[in-house]
Amino acid sequence: MPSRGSRLVIPLGLAASAALLSGLYAGLVRAPADAVQGEVQRIMYLHVPTVLVAYLAFFIVFVGSTAYLWTRRERWDILAHASAELGVLFTALTIAAGAIWGKPTWGAWWTWDARLTTTAILLLIYTGYLMLRAAVEDPDRGARYAAVVGILGFLDIPIIHKSVEWWRTLHQPSSLARGAIDPALLFPLLLNMAAFALLYAFLLAQRMELGRLEAELTRRRLEE
Amino acid sequence: MSLGQVWAIARKDLLTEGRSKETLNGLFFFAALVLLVFGFALGPDRARLEQAAAGVLWVGFILTGVLGLTRAFQVERENECLEGLLLYPGDRGALYLGKLLGNVVFMLGLEAAVFPCFAFFYNMPLWGALPGLLLTAALGTAGFAAVGTLFAAMTMHLRAREVMFPLLLLPFVVPVLLAAVKGTEAFLRGAGRAEAFPWLALLALFDLVFVTVSLFALEWIVEE
Amino acid sequence: MRQDGARSPVRRGGGIELRGIGKNYGATWALRGVDLVLGPGESLALFGPNGAGKTTLLKILATLVAPTRGSGRVAGFDLRREQGGIRESVALLAHGTHLYEDLTARENLLFGAAMRRRSVPLDALLTRVGLAEAAAERVRALSSGMKRRLALAKVMLAEPAVLLLDEPFTNLDQAAVALLEGYVGEVLGRGGSVLMATHDLARGYAACRRAAVLVNGRLIHEAPAQPGGLEALRAAYVAATGEGGG
Repeated sequence: MPSRGSRLVIPLGLAASAALLSGLYAGLVRAPADAVQGEVQRIMYLHVPTVLVAYLAFFIVFVGSTAYLWTRRERWDILAHASAELGVLFTALTIAAGAIWGKPTWGAWWTWDARLTTTAILLLIYTGYLMLRAAVEDPDRGARYAAVVGILGFLDIPIIHKSVEWWRTLHQPSSLARGAIDPALLFPLLLNMAAFALLYAFLLAQRMELGRLEAELTRRRLEE
Repeated sequence: MSLGQVWAIARKDLLTEGRSKETLNGLFFFAALVLLVFGFALGPDRARLEQAAAGVLWVGFILTGVLGLTRAFQVERENECLEGLLLYPGDRGALYLGKLLGNVVFMLGLEAAVFPCFAFFYNMPLWGALPGLLLTAALGTAGFAAVGTLFAAMTMHLRAREVMFPLLLLPFVVPVLLAAVKGTEAFLRGAGRAEAFPWLALLALFDLVFVTVSLFALEWIVEE
Repeated sequence: MRQDGARSPVRRGGGIELRGIGKNYGATWALRGVDLVLGPGESLALFGPNGAGKTTLLKILATLVAPTRGSGRVAGFDLRREQGGIRESVALLAHGTHLYEDLTARENLLFGAAMRRRSVPLDALLTRVGLAEAAAERVRALSSGMKRRLALAKVMLAEPAVLLLDEPFTNLDQAAVALLEGYVGEVLGRGGSVLMATHDLARGYAACRRAAVLVNGRLIHEAPAQPGGLEALRAAYVAATGEGGG
């Protein structure tokens, strides 16, 4: 039977598609090229939204993990699991986009830049999260263990961030925070951020529906 | 929670380890071997080795830790001793702290034996820097033991534990590695406390956060 | 996280009450709707084939496992909310000995005493289980019979109000069996309750005042142990499981 979540899937999908299309048009076609970096700067319209969505996803993993340990209700575990998968996906996209931007700009795919290094570490932590779930046979235990990792991982994020930042700084200081960004470039960036957030929500809803159905199937098998 | 229980557990672990000594000896030789192997990989240029020295030392400690930290819970597998521990009154925080204390003392003992080897192979003048080095070693070891002890409990029953344990642990303790290496470098260079201080503060923060969280988290890990 | 009551809760005496206890592990149900009442001074022998759920039930009573359904009280403490009190009052003689092979017999007991925050005259205890001479030997050097007796000493250390036994007669010689039976009598005498899971129909029936059969997670045929009742029990056991008893 369709759950509340599944009814959101189609509207979210449509909204995400519309936002992405307009965002990509605005960023890749309409917006002017950067004065200093040229066309390659356009990758920022992809790179910045994906990293922000990744952090959002990991926050949701934290919320889901905490709620699961508190209530032991399966839906929170499904949320955490789905969001972790998406977090890993968007983190990988962030690194790829960063490398694509880095090669023509700095001459190297990987420069140990602070933000990207932190992102790479997070990719490893949450990949570990997913592998742990796969390695534990008892699903209840697996959910509990994953929840602990999900909580600890999120708590580690600021510490990793600070330590790597002190260790190395090459990345542009956050243009967004300093307001140094030209309004002509800011609008498409914000549009793409919203678009990627919608994309995340759409994928999350789909993945959670899948998780819910899988759990239902296991439950039906149990009763046989 | 009873301090008496924490002490009883740590004491029992150290006593058991002291009796058999198999792990202690093996790990000491392993650590010395790591130092040597890095010498082969990076040498024979002494200048290069000296530059890399602090990093090599800490990679040595961490690799040794990966092998040694799991022993805290592996010893409880024989005769269903973990079940025995769970039957005692008192909360799981005492179990965590006892295991952590045992692990930290064990690792510090190992490190104390490794330091002379390090001074020998890498030509490091340790004497003057000793207090700073020991402080860094204590804070750093507490950090990766804090997370390592929790993850050791988590992976103790997994078939793939030899892979899963380092896979989960290492990304989490990157801040510890960074801070410990930078702190050690500062002390070795004679740069003094001012330069090392932020790194030590970071280690102390990491230790505080992760010991506290793991203390509560063990409950969910050891539950059947 | 369940926070328990006082540091060392006041004992509330023996007794077990279980209502509708169920436990599932993923796809399988280990226990289905178990109701059980055991008063102070009462003992129950629980029979059942492998996989019937006996060990699971004992683990739930010892707070090692949380039940999926149902509620209960053990030694007067609530099963879900007062686990500290239960652990304080209960001891489990389990399949594993819970002994550290590299420590001596005495050191194992010292550890148990420290963990239970009790000081107990260990020498007297070791003498009682016949391990006075072996006290300073490492457990690794002891025979399996001696290890079982040491495990029993650890249980005695706890002075439990509820004594749980999982297949206690395995690997025990005749003297040790007498020791165990004597100890069970002692616990009952001071108002404690005893629940024993065993394959050994004859011994279990002799040691306890009531008997029950657990099959596929359900409790069937519960009755007081009477002379001649053993055959009826055996018949019920065979009928329910299709196999002979011990």
